[in-house]
Amino acid sequence: MNLSVPSQNVFHGLGALTNRELKKWYKDPFALFMSIIQPVLWIGLFGKAMNIGGLFPGASAMMQQVFGTTDYFSFMAVGMFSFVVVFTTMFSGMSFVWDRRLGFLNKVLSTPVSRTTIIVSKMCAAVIRATSQALVVLLIALALGLRFGPGFHPINLLGVLAVLFLMAGGLSSLFITIAIRTTRWETHMAVMNLLNLPLIFASNALFPIQAMPGWLQVIARANPVSYATEASRQLLLYPADAHKILTDFIFLGVFALVFITAGIVLSWRYLTR
Amino acid sequence: MPEEIIRAEGLSRYFGKAVLAVDNVSFGVFQGEIFGFLGPNGAGKTTTINMLTTVLKPTTGSARICGFNVLKQAREVRSCISVVPQEYTADEDLTGYENIMLCASLYSIPKNVAKQRADELLHLLALESASGRRVETYSGGMRRRLELASGLINRPHVLFLDEPTLGLDMQTRAAVWGYIRLLKEQYGMTLFMTTHYLEEADSLCDRVGIIDRGKLIKLGSPAELRAALGGDVMEIEIEDKGTDISEMLSELPKVQVVGKDGNKYRLKLTDGEEVAVEVIGSIHNHGHKVLRMSLTKPTLGDAYLELTGREMRDEQEGADQSWKRRLTMRRARG
Ligand SMILES: Nc1ncnc2c1ncn2[C@@H]1O[C@H](COP(=O)(O)OP(=O)(O)OP(=O)(O)O)[C@@H](O)[C@H]1O
Ligand SMILES: [Mg+2]
Repeated sequence: MNLSVPSQNVFHGLGALTNRELKKWYKDPFALFMSIIQPVLWIGLFGKAMNIGGLFPGASAMMQQVFGTTDYFSFMAVGMFSFVVVFTTMFSGMSFVWDRRLGFLNKVLSTPVSRTTIIVSKMCAAVIRATSQALVVLLIALALGLRFGPGFHPINLLGVLAVLFLMAGGLSSLFITIAIRTTRWETHMAVMNLLNLPLIFASNALFPIQAMPGWLQVIARANPVSYATEASRQLLLYPADAHKILTDFIFLGVFALVFITAGIVLSWRYLTR
Repeated sequence: MPEEIIRAEGLSRYFGKAVLAVDNVSFGVFQGEIFGFLGPNGAGKTTTINMLTTVLKPTTGSARICGFNVLKQAREVRSCISVVPQEYTADEDLTGYENIMLCASLYSIPKNVAKQRADELLHLLALESASGRRVETYSGGMRRRLELASGLINRPHVLFLDEPTLGLDMQTRAAVWGYIRLLKEQYGMTLFMTTHYLEEADSLCDRVGIIDRGKLIKLGSPAELRAALGGDVMEIEIEDKGTDISEMLSELPKVQVVGKDGNKYRLKLTDGEEVAVEVIGSIHNHGHKVLRMSLTKPTLGDAYLELTGREMRDEQEGADQSWKRRLTMRRARG
């Protein structure tokens, strides 16, 4: 018996799988609302209620030195982008574990869709979702009083978009790579919780690195979240230092590349068990 | 001899070092037949399907489907098969229609062709009115029919059905059986199914493999498996004249006397229906009168229990598998 098999594009099915993932989010108003409300609450509570600037009236020189701006709200709102990206991409690993548990993954594995496409669709969905949520947070922060720095130019927004893309791509790949062999979501959840706190708090997302104890500074300086946040602040709040921005982008680029590659290579090895 | 569309050669699969889920299994499935794997929980049915459908790699051995090697030509194999897994895999958050269309894009079926096929399948499986609803709201029977529809969207040459009626009520089960027969008869599809329901294997399958603890222990048509038990059992009671007719009965062809209790005899016959008439005839010719007689044919169940033993299996399934099973059963109840 001889059958001719239609030749297929390596990435066929990518759009459909990505869209499946995104539909769960954009077709469910409650999920959409919940995914936005959390960072907004954080901005409101941390940025407005804990008005650090207000604690030291007249100490704007010190604020400037520690935070790079006198406006803690803006400092912290930009940090929230990273927060949003970390927590959104975390779900890409989670949804992978669920797909395995519910049998959907096995079903897809028995179709001609390539292993790479399965992984990449998760990454794409996470990147699109994380980036758009971060942009919504930016809009809300603007409405609540975020002020751009003196060196800001609208073109810088494209830079921020690129930062978000790289950070989301790298982080989602990291989380998916961790999830690739996991069958129990409890295990995955535990690992995620272990990772999330240092990713957020051992970074400059909420608090400047210089003010941290030495050992924490070491971690924070290796943390991709720090570079992403630093780059976004440079682009939006600070008088954009080209050299710093370049360093941040190189670090983020390498981070994203390494983990995206790792995810894809592991998918060849481990998806068919 | 019809062509073999599936050929498995020495398939084995270990999980870890200790669990041998499938143990050196070889068999062939002919083009256009319904082939069933019958076995208790944990026998290795799903693991075999997973290896045939390129989801799991065999530890040793190999298989060919539609002439393609499952290890070396996985992509070709995948494009001529389709699987309806044991679990309900449709996405709860999408509608029935969206689920079918998602499957279609996984096989890169052009949109317009996919739409037309989806409509046909929704009609065939009586899901038209529910196609726009989220799967979350479906009953067990509807979910199973949706899984079937998704599995048929690529017009597979071989369709794998893993416990297609698990947890369904009798009506829905009968309907699913109807669809399975239709696929064979109208579309000439080859079906590989697993089940642990005997009557399902008996009434649907052209050939059945009995699998237990990873080993394929018997393979044949349901009738052959029954016959392997040694034939039908006839019990007769004759008018009591104090004579023993055992010897005369034993001399009849295809008859074996296996027991006598006063004027009651217990015989084993091959080709029960025909031989029974002759038996009664010769008893009359010898001047005896038959008072009562019964003929029982062994069921596939008897064959099955004789081969797999009667003790229940303590499922050694992992937490993950038992969780999946509970979820499937819960959803089947709707
Ligand atoms: N991923 C896995 N990891 C470890 N052991 C496994 C795995 N999958 C299956 N097994 C084991 O392999 C054996 C066969 O399992 P399989 O699922 O193939 O059985 P089955 O015949 O489909 O049973 P059921 O009727 O319960 O579905 C079982 O002992 C099971 O515990
Ligand atoms: Mg099974």
